[in-house]
Amino acid sequence: MSKAAEIDLVSVSKIYGATTAVDAISLKIPAGTYCCLLGPSGCGKTSTLRMIAGHESVSIGDIRLGGTVVTDLPPARRGTAMMFQSYALFPHLSLIDNVAFSLKMKGVDKDARRAKALEMLQLMQMEGYAERRPAQLSGGQQQRVALARALITDPEALLLDEPLSALDPFLKIRMRAELKKLQTTLGISFVHVTHSQEEAMALADLVVVMNDGRIEQAATPREVFEKPATAFVARFMGDHNVVSGRASAAADGLNEFQVPGGGTFAATGISVEAGAPVDAAIRTDHVRIGEAAVRGLGFTGTVANIEYRGASVKLSVDGAGVSDFTAIVDDKSFYAQPVAVGDAVPLHWDAEDAIILGRPFN
Amino acid sequence: MAVAEQIITAPLTKPRLRRAPLSLASFASYLQAIPLTLILAFFLLVPILFLLVVSFWDYDFARMYPGFITRNYAEVLGSWVTWKTYLNTLKFAVIVWAIALFIGFWVAYFLAFHVRSAAMQTVLFLICTVPFLTSNIIRMISWIPVLGRNGLINTTLVNAGIIPQPIEWLLYSDFAVVLAMVHLYTLFMVTPIFNTLMRIDKSLIEAARDAGASAWQIMWNVILPLAKPGIAIGTIFVVTLVMADFSTVQVMSGGQSASVALMMKNQMSLLQYPSAAANAIVLLVLVLLLVAAILRVVDIRKEL
Repeated sequence: MSKAAEIDLVSVSKIYGATTAVDAISLKIPAGTYCCLLGPSGCGKTSTLRMIAGHESVSIGDIRLGGTVVTDLPPARRGTAMMFQSYALFPHLSLIDNVAFSLKMKGVDKDARRAKALEMLQLMQMEGYAERRPAQLSGGQQQRVALARALITDPEALLLDEPLSALDPFLKIRMRAELKKLQTTLGISFVHVTHSQEEAMALADLVVVMNDGRIEQAATPREVFEKPATAFVARFMGDHNVVSGRASAAADGLNEFQVPGGGTFAATGISVEAGAPVDAAIRTDHVRIGEAAVRGLGFTGTVANIEYRGASVKLSVDGAGVSDFTAIVDDKSFYAQPVAVGDAVPLHWDAEDAIILGRPFN
Repeated sequence: MAVAEQIITAPLTKPRLRRAPLSLASFASYLQAIPLTLILAFFLLVPILFLLVVSFWDYDFARMYPGFITRNYAEVLGSWVTWKTYLNTLKFAVIVWAIALFIGFWVAYFLAFHVRSAAMQTVLFLICTVPFLTSNIIRMISWIPVLGRNGLINTTLVNAGIIPQPIEWLLYSDFAVVLAMVHLYTLFMVTPIFNTLMRIDKSLIEAARDAGASAWQIMWNVILPLAKPGIAIGTIFVVTLVMADFSTVQVMSGGQSASVALMMKNQMSLLQYPSAAANAIVLLVLVLLLVAAILRVVDIRKEL
């Protein structure tokens, strides 16, 4: 069954009239990868998926699947299968006929296609519902049927357009685990479009963060989270404070930079020439209360808000030209030295928790 | 709510019969339904009841005699003229239905799937309805200068030397009747089909294409099955309208063709009201049977 193929996008663009939805993106998705296209709505992730599927024409560039250029092939001849956001099950057909649909189109005779469809339904543990109509199913069941229908064509890659967005939170987590398990068993590539960073982190081998029609970063979830490439990625992934300023000096692997009208900060990473604009990401959960040992790895600000979160406490601090700086402090150390709104509080962090972010190439 | 309250209070209080207080609110929904009920009763049920009663009356050249005789029905069902007329009307119904369905489906399909912007859809749909701003009779009569012996088509063809003499069957023929009926009634097919097609989720068509369906396979396996309720409603409209039509048949056939409604009109002009009433009842039963047959085949509840 495992005939996974590499997906290769070569500077692919999608242009609708005057707007560029996808702007010359290049991406290699290795065979058998769970890839998540992640980004806010309108970032071009769905257009990208639909271009891979063949439901949207490619304006410029090429798409290769396992070495074959599929740019101009119709969807069914690409070796991909798509699962639609609303599942797009045919309301007038029973589940078994829904799953057997593509075989019927190929002219497979009735008994053979129904036998194969029942096999797929069994794989999804839906064989008991074979004669029901889609409207009689819950969201999670509909998704399983949609998966069965997509997988019956034995695709080299499965394309999923926001597959979990229609489910309630509890089901979301369950179906997400099922998707991951399915991908591991089948060994084919899954390309999954989502706007939830949590979903992407939980599922993906390769997270592709998109913004404004471009790829901001394509890396493993851990790398995307720990070393966000750009300020956009750091903000979108969450759990990072982004501090912007202008570079002033570099010493001991630390780049110092000045926040306009505020303090001096330092961060590790690529060196930036003096005077150039700098964005740095500081992990919110690695910020601690206390004076900084090294200049630039901390500041003193006024507490604007305190949120109790059980295991941790979230402080919002303004100061040194930075507003709404978030510090997630564990409850034990917070209650050892509690602070109140309006108090001045010193914050500090380690050098490796503050990293210089790349600038999106303009 | 009330049930929930009962469940909660049940263990605490002794079970006792509690009636909902007789208030205006409990009658409100009945009050709201009264106007329509009255209108339907007075203008639909009562006339049909009269029709039924009168159909059993006796009559001569001058007046009707209340009674209960079945002669009117015996005459209607026993005469081969009636049977021929009914068959002729059914023939018109079938031909007009088939042509209206063909044209109506493709017009609706074009509007729903090929016209991209919603504004353009509305504009084109309104254009379809513009002829309906004039009366049926005017639209029908306007065919006469087009189809007549010295009409637009014949003169053009003769002058162009394509035919030596005017085509006789263009006007005052079954062809003319069918043409005019298709013209009059196709919109009644377009509208319901357009409605059902607009409700088809576009991603279903993409899903079908993803599964390797060709354009015709998508049409046959996805769009047509989902358009069935609209086709059924359009069919009911067209069939009932054609079955009840007398003016089109009279004007466009030049009196050479007959329809059931035309037959009734003639009976009424001869003051044979009971006979016409019996005919009307037979026609009503026939049309109701046709509608029932359509509803048995297609479930249209989702559309209502």
